[in-house]
Amino acid sequence: MVERITELMNDPEHIRNIGIVAHIDHGKTTLSDNLLSGAGMISEELSGKACWMDSDEEEQARGITIDASNVSMIHMVGNHEYLINMIDTPGHVDFGGDVTRAMRAVDGAVVVVDAVEGPMPQTETVLRQALKEGVHPVLFINKVDRLINELKVNPQEMMIRLGKVIDKVNKLIKGMNEDLYTNGGWKLDAMKGNVAFGSALYNWAISIPYMKKSGVTLQTVIDKCNEGDSKYLAKASPLHAVLLDMVVTFLPNPLQAQGKRCHIIWHGDVESPIGKAMYACDANGPVAMMITDISFDKHAGEVATGRLFSGTLTRGQEVFISGTAGKPNRLQGVGIFMGPTRVEVDKIVAGNIAAVTGLSDAIVGSTVTSLKDMTPFESLKHYSEPVMTVAVEAKNMKDLPKLIEVLHQVGKEDPTVRININEETGEHLIAGMGELHLEVVTGRIKRDKGVEIVTSPPIVVYRETVSKPLEGTVEGKSPNRHNRFFMSVEPMPEEILKAIQSSEISMNMENIARRDALVALGMDKDEAKSVKDIYGSNMFIDCTKGIQYLNETMELIIDGIHEALDGGPLADEQVQNVLIKLHDVKLHEDAIHRGPGQVIPAVRGGMKAALLMAGDTLLEPMQKIQITVPQDQMGAAISQIQGRRGQLSTTESEGDQIVVNGEAPVAELFGFAGDIRSATEGRAMWSTEFAGFSPVPQGMLSEIVMGIRKRKGLKEQIPTPKDYLE
Amino acid sequence: MLTFIGLGLFDESDVSVRGMDVIRSADTVFLEVYTSVLTGASIERLEACYGKKITPLYREDVEIHADKILDAAESGNAVFLTAGDSMIATTHSDLRIRAADRNIQTKIIHGASITTAVCGLSGLQNYRFGKSVSVPFPYGKWFPMTPIEVISANLKENLHTLVFLDIQKDKERYMKISEAVDLLEEQARRVDAKIPLYVGIARAGSPDPAVHAGSAEEMKSFDFGSPLHILIVPATLHDIEREYLERFAGLC
Ligand SMILES: Nc1nc2c(ncn2[C@@H]2O[C@H](COP(=O)(O)OP(=O)(O)O)[C@@H](O)[C@H]2O)c(=O)[nH]1
Ligand SMILES: [Mg+2]
Repeated sequence: MVERITELMNDPEHIRNIGIVAHIDHGKTTLSDNLLSGAGMISEELSGKACWMDSDEEEQARGITIDASNVSMIHMVGNHEYLINMIDTPGHVDFGGDVTRAMRAVDGAVVVVDAVEGPMPQTETVLRQALKEGVHPVLFINKVDRLINELKVNPQEMMIRLGKVIDKVNKLIKGMNEDLYTNGGWKLDAMKGNVAFGSALYNWAISIPYMKKSGVTLQTVIDKCNEGDSKYLAKASPLHAVLLDMVVTFLPNPLQAQGKRCHIIWHGDVESPIGKAMYACDANGPVAMMITDISFDKHAGEVATGRLFSGTLTRGQEVFISGTAGKPNRLQGVGIFMGPTRVEVDKIVAGNIAAVTGLSDAIVGSTVTSLKDMTPFESLKHYSEPVMTVAVEAKNMKDLPKLIEVLHQVGKEDPTVRININEETGEHLIAGMGELHLEVVTGRIKRDKGVEIVTSPPIVVYRETVSKPLEGTVEGKSPNRHNRFFMSVEPMPEEILKAIQSSEISMNMENIARRDALVALGMDKDEAKSVKDIYGSNMFIDCTKGIQYLNETMELIIDGIHEALDGGPLADEQVQNVLIKLHDVKLHEDAIHRGPGQVIPAVRGGMKAALLMAGDTLLEPMQKIQITVPQDQMGAAISQIQGRRGQLSTTESEGDQIVVNGEAPVAELFGFAGDIRSATEGRAMWSTEFAGFSPVPQGMLSEIVMGIRKRKGLKEQIPTPKDYLE
Repeated sequence: MLTFIGLGLFDESDVSVRGMDVIRSADTVFLEVYTSVLTGASIERLEACYGKKITPLYREDVEIHADKILDAAESGNAVFLTAGDSMIATTHSDLRIRAADRNIQTKIIHGASITTAVCGLSGLQNYRFGKSVSVPFPYGKWFPMTPIEVISANLKENLHTLVFLDIQKDKERYMKISEAVDLLEEQARRVDAKIPLYVGIARAGSPDPAVHAGSAEEMKSFDFGSPLHILIVPATLHDIEREYLERFAGLC
């Protein structure tokens, strides 16, 4: 098995890198397990019962999939064997960020939808994440056995129901990318064969092309299900054969995919040697790998998994990690994942998903390369942001240093977690994407890492931003007053903000490309070419001309700006959507007197004053809520949204159910699960999704700000610009 | 009244007699301890010698909390001591302006300065020095290229350059000649420049100063001993300058 895999790895034309995405409980894990067992990786009795993919105890206990883990399997189509590298992705939207990073590693996605429920909100979310990364979709409609056994549908009704599911998913795809839907083969069509139907649980599936091979039709399926003989179906039309046929036939190989995808995930010079090598998936090119996962293995230590877009990896090779200064890392081992075990191989060529050790400087999102100065891959965009924080402390004094180490590990493993270490107080902060996410993270610290911790109740994360342009400039002075920085801030123009968020504009682009893109969005040409930094959704422009020593001071100025943006003056929360301009600078003649100790506080202070003067205000995270309830519970459901400072957007009836859509602040959603259950006698189905940040209502602003300041031990008084300018 | 007093180069005995008198009759004595240090005397020795309690001032005390100094100068006679000369290679001009802003009288009593001491120790003519420059300890990605730029510009004009080496008092870090030469050689490499000759000087003003002239390699292998260190990058040497360096600084 291993030999065959290693042989196929060198032949990208016969490789498919895929991920499976689905709404929670639609059957992703069951499907993955049974695909694996079909492809000969797990013995048949085990499959369907034991969860191979859900290797984490937490996942098995909760029955949900949390981490993206990887397996490779072999499938035969025609006379040729194909290597299928599959990444399992999380199925809970609290972990949405993970889906994005898994999508970076693959070229195709199997979208799984429950035949009874149809596409759900998270189906839309994960599909959007996949398509944004340029990943090609196919559809698997799962749990078809339930249509027959529980809903007792006849063949006509079945056709109609399945057709409806396909239409709904098509509508989503078309809405997300009309061009590729029409011209790129993304449109789903059962006749063509990029849709399959079946039962992941009972291990069978059908597709129109496969019917021609197997003779198993819709009618056979209905008959056999009614007879209770799904064993027959699993033999005559096995799940793995139908699915993997579809994968091989309709999803692109790395050679095809990289030519089309690279411009989305990498903004360097296409004509450079590395650009050409990536577009061509060239094993002889320079090494370019994007790390999409880091896990800790008791024996191997830190294992970094990622997609190799160009070049060849071998043991002992020295590679650079972008974003870290200078020294190369040495690859101690190169391997692939087969289930939870990692198998060492001699080399890995472009187009594969590799699991390597020795990259001590890498984090999720790092670019690994043999070049000293490669333009890094675009950073992973998370569609959800950390909106909730818990404070953790070690229960036992002796665990203090261990906890810090573990927190660093957790931060490396899960890029959607934000860790804030405070060695002084020993109270460290973990920010995550929701209550469940944080429970999982803290649970893992206790269980896997064996550190007893005490956790505070979760706290909502806020943001700060300016509400109007600053009039004139502020003058930030260094402590020795020999250095002066004249700056202004203003709200980021809407169009540019969007372009930053979708990474159409980033610091990784060639300067000229960025300038042109910004000019096209309405920015002045001189300013567009003087962008010095993009930090989160903030941008910094140097509008000065010909100031001596400014160049070598720029790093320090940027450090100072970052410090102000990491914690705004109002409530020490992150600042977003601000456009910062530097208009004039006076520097001391001597480098020592314009060093970090002078420049950073000058810029930070000036920035904070400027933010206050430009109407710094607080933003709170919002959540979209969808509730499905029987007609007579509609009122109860609506009042659950409205009673929480929520806004109702739509109510639609679907059969005898009502679907209520709305939006409410995260701050009001604590205990929502319990409340909605009791309000609707447990008959509501609901889901939530991150909906961005909105301004805190003016009437509540000062109360919330004071609450945060008190909690953080800041002076219980809103600072004035003067506090930062002396 | 606020009197800025330069303490000279090495220990408690380097201050002028007039300076000493003013210190002894002061109401408050501050000693600034971050731009330079008297390597030959501890605060205790200074206190014993001047008969006064001395308050040491760190960077924040001068730059951020200057009011404490100014309050003392407003209500009595305060002296502000600095190693070397008060306004050389410091930013204390700002403090004098702040004092004036509060209508506090100020005065300066000068001390011997490293900028003149190096001329005596090296024999290089003070007329022939161009702009001076400092070499700071790098910080993250911050690696100023000013030193090599200034040196190159001076060399082009055939002028010597005095190169101050960073002092991080709070971390007890004093840049050594060998470290500075490494940093300068790296800068020279980046801009494709060449520094033909260095003069290294250690412990100027002490009873056992060290002076040595030579190439980058020689600077790095020569043992200059304990701090403080300073460097000169000379331009082409006048005959008498060369002879002096051969006699007193091992130039060959
Ligand atoms: N009847 C039926 N149940 C299924 C099928 N596939 C999965 N399930 C069940 O649906 C539940 C959720 O499945 P799971 O694979 O954990 O979903 P995931 O959250 O998407 O990973 C489990 O109880 C499965 O046994 C299917 O084809 N038919
Ligand atoms: Mg699962």
